[in-house]
This record gives sequence, C-alpha cells and structure tokens, in this order.
Amino acid sequence: MKNSTKEALAAYGFLMPNLLGFLIFTSIPVGASLFLSFVKWDLLSPPRFVGLTNFVELFQDPFFWKYCWNTVYLMAAIPLGMAGSLILALGMNQKLKGIVVFRTVYFLPTLCAGVAIYMLWRLIYNPEFGVLNSIIAKTGQILGVPLKGPYWLTDEAWAKPALIIMSVWQTVGGYNMILYLAALQGVPRDLYDAAEVDGANSWQKFWAVTWPQISPTTFFIAIMSVIGGFQAGFDPAYIMTGGGPNGSTTTIIYYIYNNAFEWHKMGEAAAIAWVLFVIVFLFTLMQWRFFGKQVYYS
Amino acid sequence: MNSAFHTTGGALKDAQTVLAVEQLTRESAKKNKQGKKIRQFWEKAGLYFLLCLGALTMVGPFMWMITTSLKEPSQVFSFSKNWWEEWIPTAFVWRNYLEPWKVVPFARFYLNSIFVAIMVTLAQVATSALAAYPFARLTFPGRDKIFFGYLATMMVPGAVTMIPVFILLRYLGWIDSYKALILPAAFTAYGTFMLRQFFLTLPKDLEDAAKIDGCNYLGIFWRIILPLSKPALATLTTFTFMGTWMNFMWPLIVLNTHEKFTLPVGLAYFQSLHHTDWTLLMAASMLMIIPILLVFIFNQRFFVEGIKLTGIKG
Repeated sequence: MKNSTKEALAAYGFLMPNLLGFLIFTSIPVGASLFLSFVKWDLLSPPRFVGLTNFVELFQDPFFWKYCWNTVYLMAAIPLGMAGSLILALGMNQKLKGIVVFRTVYFLPTLCAGVAIYMLWRLIYNPEFGVLNSIIAKTGQILGVPLKGPYWLTDEAWAKPALIIMSVWQTVGGYNMILYLAALQGVPRDLYDAAEVDGANSWQKFWAVTWPQISPTTFFIAIMSVIGGFQAGFDPAYIMTGGGPNGSTTTIIYYIYNNAFEWHKMGEAAAIAWVLFVIVFLFTLMQWRFFGKQVYYS
Repeated sequence: MNSAFHTTGGALKDAQTVLAVEQLTRESAKKNKQGKKIRQFWEKAGLYFLLCLGALTMVGPFMWMITTSLKEPSQVFSFSKNWWEEWIPTAFVWRNYLEPWKVVPFARFYLNSIFVAIMVTLAQVATSALAAYPFARLTFPGRDKIFFGYLATMMVPGAVTMIPVFILLRYLGWIDSYKALILPAAFTAYGTFMLRQFFLTLPKDLEDAAKIDGCNYLGIFWRIILPLSKPALATLTTFTFMGTWMNFMWPLIVLNTHEKFTLPVGLAYFQSLHHTDWTLLMAASMLMIIPILLVFIFNQRFFVEGIKLTGIKG
C-alpha cells in the first residue's frame, strides 16, 4: 500500500467517530431544519408543505417583532459589561498584592452562572423581602427621603433593566475581564515609556497607547458577545420571569422554545431559528466590515 | 596675595554655594521622591478601596444566599429594623440542607448530573481529539472541505439544530433517556476546532523521529500528541464539564421523568414545588454550586490559561 493511501485511511479512521456524530447531530439537522421551516407539523399529524407561509406569517406577527426588540434591548448589558470588564482589568493590571484573590472573587458570578444564580436573583429582586429593595429603603431612611424599590420582575418597565443589571453583575469579572487582562499584559512597555517622555498623563497614555493596542480584543469580545446576545435570554427568563410580565422578557430563543416545545409548532419554530441565523450572520458580517477596519493590529 | 585670598575666598564661597545648592537639590529630590511615594501610596489605597467595594458587590449576593439558606422561613419574610438581622440568621437552621434530599430525589438529580457530565466530557474530549489530529497533522483527500463544513456549522445557532435533533430522538424513541442528553453533546465542531488549533502549534520533529522508529499513527497520537497537549485537553475538559453541569434548556426539553432530571432541571422543578420556601431553595442552590467551586479550585490554573489560550466564552 502506498504511504499516502495509508495516511488517508488512518486519517479517516481517526475522523470517523466525530464525523459520524457531526453528520447525524449537526450537519444533517441543519438541512432538516431548513426543510422543516417550509412545513406545518405538530408531530401528531403528518407534516404539510406550506412553502414560505411560515416566514410570511412570522413577519406579520407583532409578537415576533416585540421579542426581537426585547432581545436587542437586553443586549444593553454588553457595552455596560465590557466597559466594566475593561475598568476592572485596568485595576487588576497594576502591581498589587493579593490580586489573585480579587480575580477569583470577581470570577465567582460567571463561574456559578446557571439556574442557582437565577433563583438567587429572584429572591434578591423580590419587592417585599428582597435584599435590594431593603437596601434602597434603608438608603432612603438615611437620606431622610422615603425611597421604595420597584417591583423588579413583575413590573413591565423594570423587568428588562433587572435582567440587564444581573447580567452585568454576572459577566463583568468573567471571561471578558480575563481576555482584557491578557491583552493589557501584552502591550509593549516601551510604548508607555515613549509616551511618558513626551509628557503624556495617564489619561492620554490610555487613549494613545492602551486603547488602540487592545482594540483587537475589544473587537473580538464585541463580536462574540453580540452573536451570543442574539441567542441568549432563555434560562434567566424561564426561571425568573417566565418570559413576562406581558412578554417583556421573552427573547427570540424563548419564542423558538415556546413554538417548538410548548405549542408543538415545529415548522414555525424552525422558521424563526433560520431568521435568527440570518440575523446573526448579517450582523457578524456588518461588524466585520465597519469595525474591522478601525482595529489596530500590531 | 589679596587676589589669591580673594580667589581662595571666592573658591570657598563658590564651594559653599555649590554645597548648598547640592543639598537643596538633594532635599528637593528626597521630597519629590517622598511625594511620589505618598502619591503612589494613596493611589494604591484608592485602588484597593474600589476593588474591595466591587468585590463586596460580587460576594454580597452569595452571602445573602448562604445566610438565607440557614434561616427560619419566617425570618425571610420579615423586614427588620436592624440590618444585621436581615443578614445573620437568628438561629442557624442546618436542617435546610437536609430537607431537599428528602422532599425531592435530590441525590438522584446529583448522580444524574455527575453521570451525564462525565460521559459527555469523556466522549467529547475523546472524539474531538481523535478528529483534531488528522485535521492538524495528516493529509487526506477532502480534508479542507470537511474542515470548512465544521467551521460553517459553528456559525449556525444551536436553536436551528435543536428542533430536528429533538424530532430525530423522538423518532428513535430516545426522548426521556440519558442517551438523549449524552449523544448529541458528544461530538462538537468547537472542541475539534480548538484542539486542532493547538495541535498545529506542536513541533514536527518528534513526530518524524517516532515515524523513523516505526511508530504508527495511533502510536504518534497516543504517545506524542496527547501528552504534549495536556493544557488544551484540560481546558476542554473543564469547560465541557462545567457547561454540561449548568446546561438547562436541553435537559428541560428532552426529559419528562423526575428520576432522570439533572440538577438544573431538578432545581427548577423544586422551585415550582416550593413556591415560598426560600430557605430550602437557597440551600438547594448552594448544593448545586459547590461541585462547580471544587472543580474550579482544582483546575484554576488551566481555567485562566485556557481562557487566554482559546478565548472561550461561556
């Protein structure tokens, strides 16, 4: 047997388990999902081909647009969290004793992210006996003005901000902070020395040296977060608000879940999933075009 | 003479002046240095203060969780005048940590979670490593096309494949089984991609030497590639384990029987059973977090390195 044939056979052997699983659970389902988006199917009666009906109905569905808006609204947590992560990383980049302890503490909320944390925040946001409104009320007592915290999760005006606050708390000291820290440590020292010789103050050094040097990281985090953001919002909403009040915390992914697994509208759910894919794809492309040029690569 | 004296005197005077000036500069430098030191001290103190304040915000909710989990239910529902009474339990009710195990099959949830997380992690790391090796190190027809297929699907949201996979599992009769939790998660494009990137960085020489010594591809993979890739493998292991441990949506979709619930689904179910018993709910939540803390403490080194290495996001 020729050596190259041997190598190819070995390669396919190595690849086989993963490739099989990949075909069955990823690749073929992608195609099947596209097919599903053109049918109506409740899993009981046989699927019925309806052409583009699912998509047409979807674009006329006011709920869909509302949930799209909710998804985008909740992404306000991304720039807030990124700014926080950068500030934290700048603080932690200083030579300080015990910095590892801080890093661990700030990482805790990201580490424990999950159902347990959402339970905890349900309690924190409880208007009657949650710790947050208790703190607000006590601050009011100290200031001598009667302050009363809102009905966080049951008031339509406050439910989204509540989820954003929690999200920022959860992510600010997490992965993004560590990525920023790694980027900051990679900035060449002599650039700062040069800036110092030119008489730059800390603020000027940040804008002239640090910010452009870490811009690839900012770009990377922004893109990844937005891609994630479009697909986010199921777990916290399911646990904390059930998508309410009045659908104000239902996101696109939550709507897909409801359509597929609560109402058994498989075709409609697949159609929304494909619209979501197109949105994510276009957005990634756009970000690449617009912001990619402004990023400084050394 | 006079002039000499003068000169000497002048020289003396000059020397004195020089000395005085020198002393002055030395003092001002000392003062400057002191000033700088003082400024640095206050800057550091301020930084510590801000970091501590932030740390308090991070830890506060957890403290609230722990103290609530040790309270009497009645204490949770009362706003007290003294702030410390809201935080410190009047009596430490350790029983809250025993109750979840009795009310629901909490031990069963735990075992299910451990079993599923270990199986998914083993399978995912094994198949990813096996697939990453030929992508990184071997040549075969169609390699780049297949790899492009992997990359392309990484852009597709999980929601797209979720629905057909559910239908497939239902067709196979695997709904409400561990298979439904483990198999779809056992093969990832992401793990393959990440390990391939790492394998690409390994030096070629060792591989060539092994080949000359008559080592076959499996031998090279097992004896050379894998041992050199411990950091990447540890990273993938940690992230997969934690991701599976925390996964909520998929188990929620495919499981029906209480006995098969993993911890997140079990906890949500527990919540619906105990709408008002926050003390038990917080105790149960703590019980769910503890293993994650242990894994983190154990793998901390890889964790931070792994994030820098791969840019993985949760």
